[in-house]
Formats: sequence, structure tokens, C-alpha cells
Amino acid sequence: MVREAGTFGRSGPHDFILLRASAVVMLLYVLFMVGFFASTADVTYANWTGLFSNLWMKVFTLLALTGVLVHGWIGIWQVLTDYVKASGVRAFIQFVFSVGLIIVWLTGLFVLWGV
Amino acid sequence: MVDILTYVEVALINSAPGILYISWCFIERQSIVKKERPVNLDLSTIQFPAAAKASILHRVSGVIMLVSLAFLIWAFATSLSGPEGFAQVESIMTSFIAKFIGWGILTALGFHLIIGIRHLIMDMGFWEELDSGRASATASIVISIIVSVLVGVWLW
Repeated sequence: MVREAGTFGRSGPHDFILLRASAVVMLLYVLFMVGFFASTADVTYANWTGLFSNLWMKVFTLLALTGVLVHGWIGIWQVLTDYVKASGVRAFIQFVFSVGLIIVWLTGLFVLWGV
Repeated sequence: MVDILTYVEVALINSAPGILYISWCFIERQSIVKKERPVNLDLSTIQFPAAAKASILHRVSGVIMLVSLAFLIWAFATSLSGPEGFAQVESIMTSFIAKFIGWGILTALGFHLIIGIRHLIMDMGFWEELDSGRASATASIVISIIVSVLVGVWLW
């Protein structure tokens, strides 16, 4: 029996911690971005790229995207295991979302790399 | 099933007057099974409790944001690809439909975040009683609606 198939962590408690830790990281990122848009009257190409050219902002953004990857992966697993009872269909949807999340993470990495 | 349950009761009673009780139980059980139970299928009179609404809103908003990641990562990549890309995203965001979609995504974010904070506070052992749980669930939904309106005001 492989009960943990499809989850992100190796166990329920591990998923529990990962879900909350990633939530806190993303919460901080959202608060920061709200602050940025609130304090920047006119968002131009110059100050937009200026923001993401900082090393700390690249790290912060990739950290938040890692949060999205982990949180999204575990979150969709929780939703799917509750509502999609056919294991084949569930595995397929989980596959699509998991691959999509990795694509989002990698896209973020390469975009940040080039700014 | 009836036989098994009755048998358990025989074992529990295990006395002479028990025989009478067993037969009474048996009749009672049959009448319970046949009795018309109250059924309420009038959906307009059934309501989710506030905590259930908060829970389902948290899930729905989470899935909405997950799907919207495709658009968000495109906008992120394009806006940072060069001045033309930035201008393209900027011009798209002036249209009503794009603003409406953006408002929907930010509303989902607001609901997910605020109800999520309630979940984190509940993890620490607060708001676990019926009254406080109900009040905090209602409050989180009300605050989310206010945030959603504020986001709309900011966008338009």
C-alpha cells in the first residue's frame, strides 16, 4: 500500500507543516506586493523591472513561487481526494496540476534570471 | 441485522424479565424501520453553517487561483520581457473583461487569505467553540467581501 502517493510531503504531518509554512511565506509576499502597488502611484516598466532586478526580490519571488508549488500541490490533493472518487481520474487531474505547478515554478525561475 | 442487535440485547439483559423486554424490542425495532422518517428536501430552508461556508469558499477560491496561475505567470513573464511586453500587459489590463478577471482573481485571493488566516489561528487552539467558531467564520467572510469591494474600487 502506498498511501502517500500524490501528496507532496512524506506523511500527513509533513504535509500539514508544509501547507502552513508555505502559506506564511506567500502571505508575506502578498503583503509586500500590496505595499508596492499602494506606494507606487504609477507602475512603469522602469520601476517594475527595477524591483525584480534586486537579488533579494528574485529570492523572495522564487521563495513565494516555491510556496505556490507546495501549497497548490497539497491543496489540490486535499480537494481531489475528497471529491474525485475514481482513482484513475484523480491521478490524471493531480498529474495535470502538479506538472502545471512545476512549469509555473520553472517559468518564474527563468524570467527572474533574465531581469 | 435485527436478529444480531436483539441478540446483543439478550446478552445484556440476561434475566427472566428480559424475555418480555426482548420481544418488546423486536416489535419496536420493526416499527422504527417501517416508520416514515421526517424528510426535508426543501433546499431553500436548508443552510450551510457559517464555518462550512468559510470552508467551501476557501477551497473554491484556492482552485480558482490555481487555474488562474496560467494567466498570472503569462502576465508576469510578458511584463518583464521588455517594454513592448509591459505595454501589452498594461493595455490588456485597461479592458473591462481583463479588469473583471483580475478582480475575480484578487477576490479569490482575499477570501482564501483571510479565511486561511482564520484557519491558522484555529490551529493554535482558538475559536474552536460553537459560538466563537461561528462568529469568526462570519467575520472572515464579511471582511473578505469588504476587501473584494475595495479591490474593485482600486481597479476601476
